Amino acid sequence: MSSLLSRYAEAIYWLARYVERAENMARVLDVNETFSRDSQGGQNWASIIALYSDQDAFKERHPEPTAEAVLSFYLLDDSHPGSILSSVRAARENARTLRPLISTEMWVHLNTFFNRMRALRGDDVAEERVARSLAWIKESCQAHTGITEGTFYRDEGWYFYEMGQAIERADQTTRLLDVKYHLLLPSVADVGSPLDLSQWNAVLRSAAGYHAFRRIHPSGMTVARVADFLLFNRRFPRSVSACVDTVNDRLTALRSRYGLKGGGMALERLDEVRAVLDNEPVDRVLAQGLHEFLDWIQLQMLDVGSLVGRDFFGYQVPETPAATAVQGQS
Amino acid sequence: MDGPADANLFSTYDTGGFFCELLAASERSRAGARAQGKLAAMDLERLRQRASDAERELYNFGITFTVYSQKDAIDRILPFDVIPRILTADDWDVIERGVTQRVATLNAFLWDIYHDQKVLKDGVIPSELVLGNANYRPEMQGLDVPGGTYVHINGTDLVRDGEGGFQVLEDNARTPSGVSYVVENRHLMQRAFPDLMAGIGIKSVSNYGGKLHDALIDVAPKEVAEPQVVLLSPGTYNSAYFEHIFLAREMGVPLVEGRDLEVDSRDRVFMRTIDGLKRVDVIYRRLNDDFLDPEVFNPDSMLGTPGLMRAYAKGNVTLANAVGTGVADDKAVYAYLPRLIDYYRSEEPILRNVETHICREKEALSYTLEHLDELVVKPVGEAGGYGITVGPRASEDELDLCRAQLLADPANYISQPMIRLSVCPTLTDAGIEPRHVDLRPFAVTGRSTWVLPGGLTRVALRRGSLIVNSSQGGGSKDTWVLES
Repeated sequence: MSSLLSRYAEAIYWLARYVERAENMARVLDVNETFSRDSQGGQNWASIIALYSDQDAFKERHPEPTAEAVLSFYLLDDSHPGSILSSVRAARENARTLRPLISTEMWVHLNTFFNRMRALRGDDVAEERVARSLAWIKESCQAHTGITEGTFYRDEGWYFYEMGQAIERADQTTRLLDVKYHLLLPSVADVGSPLDLSQWNAVLRSAAGYHAFRRIHPSGMTVARVADFLLFNRRFPRSVSACVDTVNDRLTALRSRYGLKGGGMALERLDEVRAVLDNEPVDRVLAQGLHEFLDWIQLQMLDVGSLVGRDFFGYQVPETPAATAVQGQS
Repeated sequence: MDGPADANLFSTYDTGGFFCELLAASERSRAGARAQGKLAAMDLERLRQRASDAERELYNFGITFTVYSQKDAIDRILPFDVIPRILTADDWDVIERGVTQRVATLNAFLWDIYHDQKVLKDGVIPSELVLGNANYRPEMQGLDVPGGTYVHINGTDLVRDGEGGFQVLEDNARTPSGVSYVVENRHLMQRAFPDLMAGIGIKSVSNYGGKLHDALIDVAPKEVAEPQVVLLSPGTYNSAYFEHIFLAREMGVPLVEGRDLEVDSRDRVFMRTIDGLKRVDVIYRRLNDDFLDPEVFNPDSMLGTPGLMRAYAKGNVTLANAVGTGVADDKAVYAYLPRLIDYYRSEEPILRNVETHICREKEALSYTLEHLDELVVKPVGEAGGYGITVGPRASEDELDLCRAQLLADPANYISQPMIRLSVCPTLTDAGIEPRHVDLRPFAVTGRSTWVLPGGLTRVALRRGSLIVNSSQGGGSKDTWVLES
């Protein structure tokens, strides 16, 4: 019988989510920073705020969405729960709770990472230097993932870690794709133009998917192929489809290997998502609206998260889970 | 090699006439002399460099105090001094036997006062001192704890006087903390000074967790085959959370908070896991009595678990330490410990008490008032070094205030002579200087008592200060017990 405390399972799950969230926020800012070089100015930075539905929170703190204001808001702002600093802080707080379970290396690394984040100043995120800061933030998140993979004991807790990471990653990949949508809202005429393609290229790169994409598509780049790759390719670890597979696997393993009774409804929900991912051709997704499709995926993952929370962490969730955030950002 | 061969780290070291732990160990034991010699050969700058490496490690470990913002100050650690405090095998023999005797007496006393109260009927200790004590728990009356053990974990605060004799300053029989520093300080020294420790022969402190777990299993409710032990913590914001983590890890048991536990209608304790409720048999609780169970104690406490005392009273769960041990480590009861050792064990105390005047007694009060400028006056209810008046160091105004407080509420005070606390060489900004130290050895008791060979040496980092508490500018040292 499993004796993993619900509170620990919850903390492990959120530890993974917060680190994944920090990494992806760095990726989103990075890709946006690349776009904004294309003479679009402040307009571009406002789109990030729209992407995360942070208009009100931003307005309380800054009059204009300048590069400086947006970067500070998403990187350094202690009072903004969606900032990378806040995510790393939350990851560290969860790790602190988990000190009895996690390896010393995991703790020391996260603690050092947090101390470094906390020492970041405005200068470090000025537009011309932010790429460097984002690069080490990404690396620190990846170092965390690597240390965890290499040191974390493989019991139920590990499954919750992987599940949290995959749920967050699926959500974030949809947001990365959505940046492109929000940024450009391309007219039909622009689709396939050199500018349009260079931006899709940047999206792929920010998901670290460019080289993998080239392995299956040695030449050419179309919107459909990029979207298809990031949504449906089960071999690319950041694709929505791969993440759904991971959540499904880990939940199934928790039930079979550890005899846990929970997770049934979450698995049913994942089956529905799987069916759509398997049967919906990318052309139809694009024709019916990529943004709407991404929204739908986000809501499904949110529900899966709520159901996992209800069955294993003791969250109070209504019978038909509402599409509201359980913890952290929506 | 650290420095030239003719360098001597202690060439300007002056003990100021106090008993020096290091020099004494060096004179009294060959291993001590070897250790002292190795230290003496170190160059001050190298020592500082290694000390700063150790500090850096503590910082990365997240267990050190930083001044960034108050929010993060929860991870405070005692400042660490790299020069070890060394105890000879003979020193240790006295401490080990003395602590064991004391713990046995505390347990016998607690069993007695929560059962037949013979000690009160025989007039060995005033009844009102026990029954009127805020930490006496009537809920414990008649409750049989497994093995008769109330104090499973005890910390005895010892000081060493001008002649090098050990004296007991106080007992800590509730939820004594600090043992994690004993082990972590050793690990830190092993990483920073492996060359210093090589070939000395130092008793290991690394098996504390295993010994504690064994002891707790020993006192589990009888019918359980494989008892589930947990450590109950007030949570991540408690100043000792680092230690709770350490202990849970070392024992390999879940670290739970009150909200992770529940008590069912049959008065059994469970913890909430991802697979539902799992039975709990032994709770090492790092939560004060007041917060354990809002049904019985503080009704506003969110830290404990409702119904815990019901389960405890039925014998369905063992609490360590037992509820109500605070009456035994009270500063006023402390004064009677030598008489209690004689009463329960017909033995002489192996470790002496510091001479103590109980101001509730008329003679003691007048003696204290007459010798106020020679005595240390302590309130009995306070902890952490607060409210203490050190007579020889106090101003006229402070003495007047102390006198007024004593007259207003004499029963709240004890007084003791000022002890010429021993010193240990300590790395300071001004070089190697003597600083006063005390010692808290830890005793673990299930069915029998084991004393961890070492202890927490706290050091008063301010020059001349006698108060070693971390809240009053104290630090800690690694404590070596020599094998021979």
